[in-house]
Amino acid sequence: MKFPVDRDTRRRWFDFIMSGATLLCVALALLPLGSILFEALVRGAPALTPTFLTQSSLMGGIANAIQGTVVLIGLTALVALPVGILTGIYLSEYGKNRLGGIVRLFVDVMTQTPSIVVGIFAYSFIFELSLLGFFPPPLVFSVISAVIALATIMIPIVARTSEEAMRLVPTSAREAALALGIPRYRAILRVVLPSCASALVTGALLGIARVGGETAPLIMTAAWNNDFFNGLNQPIAALPTQVYRFAVSPSLAENRAAWGASLILVLLMLSISIASRAVIRMRAVRR
Amino acid sequence: MHVFQTLRGRTRARLRATPRDLVFEGLSAFTALSVVGLLVLITVILYLAAAESIRTYGFGFLSGSVWDSVSQRFGAAPFIYGMLVTSALALLLGVPVSLGIAIFLSELSPPWLRIPLTFIVELLAAVPSVVYGLWGIFVLGPAMRVYIEPGVQAVLGFLPPFQGHPIGSDVFTAGVILAIMIIPTISAVSREALLAVPDSQREAALSLGATRWETTRLGVLRYARAGIFGAAILGLGRAVGETMAVTMTIGNRAAFFGSLFEPGQTIASQIASRWLDAVPPLELGALIQLGLVLMLVSLFINLFARLMVGRFLRVGEGAE
Repeated sequence: MKFPVDRDTRRRWFDFIMSGATLLCVALALLPLGSILFEALVRGAPALTPTFLTQSSLMGGIANAIQGTVVLIGLTALVALPVGILTGIYLSEYGKNRLGGIVRLFVDVMTQTPSIVVGIFAYSFIFELSLLGFFPPPLVFSVISAVIALATIMIPIVARTSEEAMRLVPTSAREAALALGIPRYRAILRVVLPSCASALVTGALLGIARVGGETAPLIMTAAWNNDFFNGLNQPIAALPTQVYRFAVSPSLAENRAAWGASLILVLLMLSISIASRAVIRMRAVRR
Repeated sequence: MHVFQTLRGRTRARLRATPRDLVFEGLSAFTALSVVGLLVLITVILYLAAAESIRTYGFGFLSGSVWDSVSQRFGAAPFIYGMLVTSALALLLGVPVSLGIAIFLSELSPPWLRIPLTFIVELLAAVPSVVYGLWGIFVLGPAMRVYIEPGVQAVLGFLPPFQGHPIGSDVFTAGVILAIMIIPTISAVSREALLAVPDSQREAALSLGATRWETTRLGVLRYARAGIFGAAILGLGRAVGETMAVTMTIGNRAAFFGSLFEPGQTIASQIASRWLDAVPPLELGALIQLGLVLMLVSLFINLFARLMVGRFLRVGEGAE
């Protein structure tokens, strides 16, 4: 065979090389994921002592941060789920008009708004209200202000996912309900919502996974607290902010604690992600 | 699809809304509109909170190159520059890799590998930003300083952006972290774009004797290019707003940089790293004004991306 190989061989080789290159891209993306999980496990696991998991950061633990994250997620979900799902109902059931289109566009844009901007908003919102005399000024660093920030991030996510969920409910289900003489609002609440319940749960879990890992807005609104939750008007600890503080600390012991806290955080977030998948899978099996 | 609206005439009359129906519809419409109002409120509040800074610095804020809380001079130019450079770097590194992933997952992968691999790539998006930052400080940063940056320098060191002494906590490291973080977004959206290409495109190319790669390049990538472009813009939208991972790896120096191996600052990282130490009222106001700039930039990018992806998706639907 002469050196400039014939055209077909060259084409076949090029095909082979490009296929290999795409496989390499997949490997390149998996490398950081593997490295993050590996390092978190290897460096974080030794930090997980009973003291670390049960004491507040006054005593060198992260229990207050875990509690803070749970409190923040719970309160945020309490605000964001009803608002988000109602917005989803509007978009899916009533919003097939120009107004619905505008709402959908705004909600879409909101899901992409940088979380640090939302943090500034929550801080400034409380600050401006306190100028008007509604709140005492120290409230800018408090659970209330953090929940405003996190709910602002979560509402559009829940709204879009629940809209998508309700759109998948077949029209015939609605028609059947209406044919039985059930009023529309009951048809939505008793027929449409239950038949897409698992997809709604997935959306809620996605929203929770997103706000549970948020750090920047919490630094700007919840600040830090070395103690456990002590009131809605007080700063509160949370796992992401705790990881950040430990990570940028000059102390080596705290750097190690950062890996321990991040191991807990990563496990929490990954299990929520996997759980949201499992809900979808369950539904698929049931059908 | 929207049976409540599509019913007409007599049917509709018989299904006349009860008072409770009207209340429920009104409630859901009110909630939806208040979500729209929330976005307006964000803009208004940011503007109000930054009003004093806007009055003091005006448009000169965008071109000012000094950030000094002692002399009370604040300018955004180094951060806008830092944001542009890190995002460009992230796209440069992230888009080819994401496209490769999307091609593998939609065109080449054996079917049994498709679902698990898609899921694993999406897990990259589930890792919190602050964990990327921690990993950037203690794992990626040192690796960049010792191996990757000297290696890049050995090849491209004759170019000014790659000169200087690699420190590991610099613009280049921040760009690499951003690239990793936008991969799940770009690869997911461009995979959707590739999957929406009708099979007739592939069959046509294959029947002409094209190899798999030629089929992908001529039949699939060309057809889906608008969607892929939109995916990259969505990734850009993520990159400009990303805060913690960048704050923790970029080195936090509020000045222009000539080389990628120098520390810098983006808009988001400047806000995050100065927020708790900011001197009120002017520096805080200036930080909020920075946030306003960031919000407008990301708004513009995302509206543009939606325009691109939206148009593409309509074409895809029509062709199927």
